[in-house]
Amino acid sequence: MPTVSVKRDLLFRALGRTYTDEEFDELCFEFGLELDEITSEKEIISKEQGNVKAQGASDVVLYKIDVPANRYDLLCLEGLVRGLQVFKERIKAPVYKRLMPNGKIQKLIITEETAKVRPFAVAAVLRNIKFTKDRYDSFIELQEKLHQNICRKRALVAIGTHDLDTLSGPFTYTAKRPSDIKFKPLNRTKEYTACELMKIYKTDNHLKHYLHIIENKPLYPVIYDSNGVVLSMPPIINGDHSKITVNTRNVFIECTGTDFTKAKIVLDIIVTMFSEYCEKQFTVEAAEVVFPNGKSHTFPELAYRKEMVRADLINKKVGIRETPENLAKLLTRMYLKSEVIGDGNQIEIEIPPTRADIIHACDIVEDAAIAYGYNNIQMTLPKTYTIANQFPLNKLTELLRHDMAAAGFTEALTFALCSQEDIADKLGLDISATKAVHISNPKTAEFQVARTTLLPGLLKTIAANRKMPLPLKLFEISDIVVKDSSRDVGAKNYRHLCAVYYNKNPGFEIIHGLLDRIMQLLDVHPGEDKGGYVIKASEGPTFFPGRCAEIFARGQSIGKLGVLHPDVITKFELTMPCSSLEINIEPFL
Amino acid sequence: MADGPVAELLLRRLEAADGGLDSAELAAELGVEHQAVVGAVKSLQALGEVIEAELRSTKRWELTAEGEDIAREGSHEARVFRSVPPEGLAQSELMRLPSGKVGFSKAMSNKWIRVDKSAADGPRVFRVVDSMEDEVQRRLQLVQGGQAEKLGEKEKSELRKRKLLTEVTLKTYWVSKGSAFSTSISKQETELSPEMISSGSWRDRPFKSYNFAARGVLPDSGHLHPLLKVRSQFRQIFLEMGFTEMPTDNFIESSFWNFDALFQPQQHPARDQHDTFFLQDPAEALQLPMDYVQRVKRTHSQGGYGSQGYKYNWKLDEARKNLLRTHTTSASARALYRLAQKKPFTPAKYFSIDRVFRNETLDATHLAEFHQIEGVVADHGLTLGHLMGVLREFFTKLGITQLRFKPAYNPYTEPSMEVFSYHQGLKKWVEVGNSGIFRPEMLLPMGLPENVSVIAWGLSLERPTMIKYGINNIRELVGHKVNLQMVYDSPLCRLDTEPRPAQTQVAA
Repeated sequence: MPTVSVKRDLLFRALGRTYTDEEFDELCFEFGLELDEITSEKEIISKEQGNVKAQGASDVVLYKIDVPANRYDLLCLEGLVRGLQVFKERIKAPVYKRLMPNGKIQKLIITEETAKVRPFAVAAVLRNIKFTKDRYDSFIELQEKLHQNICRKRALVAIGTHDLDTLSGPFTYTAKRPSDIKFKPLNRTKEYTACELMKIYKTDNHLKHYLHIIENKPLYPVIYDSNGVVLSMPPIINGDHSKITVNTRNVFIECTGTDFTKAKIVLDIIVTMFSEYCEKQFTVEAAEVVFPNGKSHTFPELAYRKEMVRADLINKKVGIRETPENLAKLLTRMYLKSEVIGDGNQIEIEIPPTRADIIHACDIVEDAAIAYGYNNIQMTLPKTYTIANQFPLNKLTELLRHDMAAAGFTEALTFALCSQEDIADKLGLDISATKAVHISNPKTAEFQVARTTLLPGLLKTIAANRKMPLPLKLFEISDIVVKDSSRDVGAKNYRHLCAVYYNKNPGFEIIHGLLDRIMQLLDVHPGEDKGGYVIKASEGPTFFPGRCAEIFARGQSIGKLGVLHPDVITKFELTMPCSSLEINIEPFL
Repeated sequence: MADGPVAELLLRRLEAADGGLDSAELAAELGVEHQAVVGAVKSLQALGEVIEAELRSTKRWELTAEGEDIAREGSHEARVFRSVPPEGLAQSELMRLPSGKVGFSKAMSNKWIRVDKSAADGPRVFRVVDSMEDEVQRRLQLVQGGQAEKLGEKEKSELRKRKLLTEVTLKTYWVSKGSAFSTSISKQETELSPEMISSGSWRDRPFKSYNFAARGVLPDSGHLHPLLKVRSQFRQIFLEMGFTEMPTDNFIESSFWNFDALFQPQQHPARDQHDTFFLQDPAEALQLPMDYVQRVKRTHSQGGYGSQGYKYNWKLDEARKNLLRTHTTSASARALYRLAQKKPFTPAKYFSIDRVFRNETLDATHLAEFHQIEGVVADHGLTLGHLMGVLREFFTKLGITQLRFKPAYNPYTEPSMEVFSYHQGLKKWVEVGNSGIFRPEMLLPMGLPENVSVIAWGLSLERPTMIKYGINNIRELVGHKVNLQMVYDSPLCRLDTEPRPAQTQVAA
């Protein structure tokens, strides 16, 4: 969930009133926001870097507000204020207009070279805007928030904003060999080639995260003006030449990306949020984008869409009984201008360009419910009549674990993920023999594979509890995973039961006795016949030679028991003899 | 009958004694071990007020075994001196004597003997004096005779250094008559025996009283894991509410069932390598229900079922990618898909509690795997009010009655609501679960009828367990670093009988 940090006093000034922290928290809760933290720049710096560094930092109170991940229109102070003011019916939702310029329209021409690296671009102009320090900071911060969220860390969309008065159109969006791109990047004093920049930014804590997006491409995207001035090399850096300042009056905005829909949404959000500060409030100057196929489109789209939803559908989905007129009012408070039309049961809802999150009637239903107030909805119980059933494997597991504890063994709960070493080397096995499922992106060795046996987890539990009085008697009934090409995903869980006995003597007879008890509980009698169980001498690197047996029940091998090999004991950092038992319980369902 | 001969003697002496007597003195007088007198004192004490005994400790010097030997036979140096005849003795021969090595150097420093190194057949030892006084023996004999006080501190400490003397602390009792003193005490029985029962002798016997303040002996037993005890209770609650358990025994899931089927777009951050464990082997799902996959693809990329869709290029390869399921909602999706194939539609209530996996940064409350609890109800015409009603019943069974609901965003539910409960201890509202109504874009491609709604909610198993058992670090609860003592000591899990402060909620 993105967190937006706003100055409290600035927020209250914009809202036209003040709130206590509790009141504002309450308002947030009702609207689906969360007042996450009340802090200041000074407090943040002092927390992260110590009191010394924090000296002189601003102690202006900041509200950190958690915003739902799909509400891009609430990612800055301007949007939050507009949303809350409309919600509280203090203002009417502004109507955003795209205007054609008086003079020539700004043009962005896309060449076909971009197709393989970053094919889409959209653009718009904010004309006669008036920044202040706070507005400017908010403008920059909004771009950063959009980059981190909907733009997927600039992979899907990257935003460039430029001082239009320093440039001269038409603009060309193309892709070139990195060695052929040379310009002075933002906040640098000299020119570099793209190759040099990629090297320099490897150590830049902010920019290094974006390099991978184009690093291995033969051509890098770049935008020029008609004089060959570089506006930006998306998605990495803008040129220094056209950088905007507090004094910039005319802003050229370009969004490039690999996702056309998201590029259009991002452009709409930026211009709707900041056209508030244009001379003609809430108007945006159009720009023309010419695609490689020669077709041209005008942006921003600023599309208003109409949806029709029946009032009784909203009432039925929420569980309320409101008149269509009331519902229309509720929706209007959510920035969705609505009116009752037709037979008096139809509500026509206008979806503004700021609400790209509304893609289905269910999104409209939710907004009606939020405006109604979730906590005002009457709670009722559904009349759904059903008979409960347990999942048979879990039912058997529940029964068995109680009797395992009754037999004196204590239940462990170990991780399903572990290292290759745990399930192979440490047990004297080769990893290829385990049929283990391998994880491709583990952050540490602890998450290399899914376990194929419960034994390592139990041995590690003993190792972590060596100070406890002996004997230690542990068990676990849980799932292991092995590759299985007969399953749709190519892997299958098996429910295993594992038990270990750890003491000054190996206690094979105790583990053997436990097996006998388990079989008794499962109503399987000893004997070699089809319905019975028997153990037969076996071997394996995990066990001490001559102290291992395979368990057969109901005609199939279900596992092994035995005294662990001293090498296994040592590798798990244990010192005492240990015997173990591990079986698959699924044949007993 | 008195409690053994020593106790009987003690009582007789005490009757005659003026004031009281000392246990060590009594032992000496009776010629028995002090320990026997102490035993008698303790058994008489156990009878109640018969005697009073005050513990006194005195220090006393005692000879060590070697000291006793010397008191009897003389010191090593004296023994050396005596073995040297007037004509002298070869040093090598002297050294072979039992006291030779120790005695020689002492006798030399006492100047009782000398060595002539120029003798023809090797060094030879001669007497220097005709006679000597064996002071060591004399002092030890004094101590033995109970006259240790006649020795100076320096002398005693020298003998202690030579390990001939040790100082022992003697615990003795000063015994006096108790308020219920009597010389005719009958022995109290400790326990009822089969013989007493058969002979009936228990009728005439007094029995020792029990010390009820003492702790009992804990039974040898196995123990269930606290987290799984809580799991059992949650299962029980769902079963009581008529919910059927879904199969969740597949940790490995395809991206399709984990994300795409839930209308979670392919660029969603949850599908990032940083959040999800993907598989190297088996890297891809082998089979997907292709008809259904086509409907899901169309809904994502173009919309449909009343939806605008996400309008992006949906890729089958991305959906095939295998992963460790990030939520049990993938299992719910499979269950709902199966339900959709059954015609006609029958309402269903499902639940599951099982492991899920996240490739997250680990800390005191986050592990890479945890348990998710999920409840699902599918029926015609379910509302948000129904969801809240079911949640109220569910949380009431957990002992949580003060609830409120906050609008939230989940990719696959709309409307969505986070569930908060008022925490009496923290004095604030804390999130206890997440819930919502599954999006039509998820349900309709499965083939569920249009007027069927599915409400669902979820929470983690670990968090309520940590709160219930007062555990701050999740590693002490889950995984091999568990504290087994905590497992041994953990009480029953009774979720609805939590002692809670009186609620001050005003009736609506």
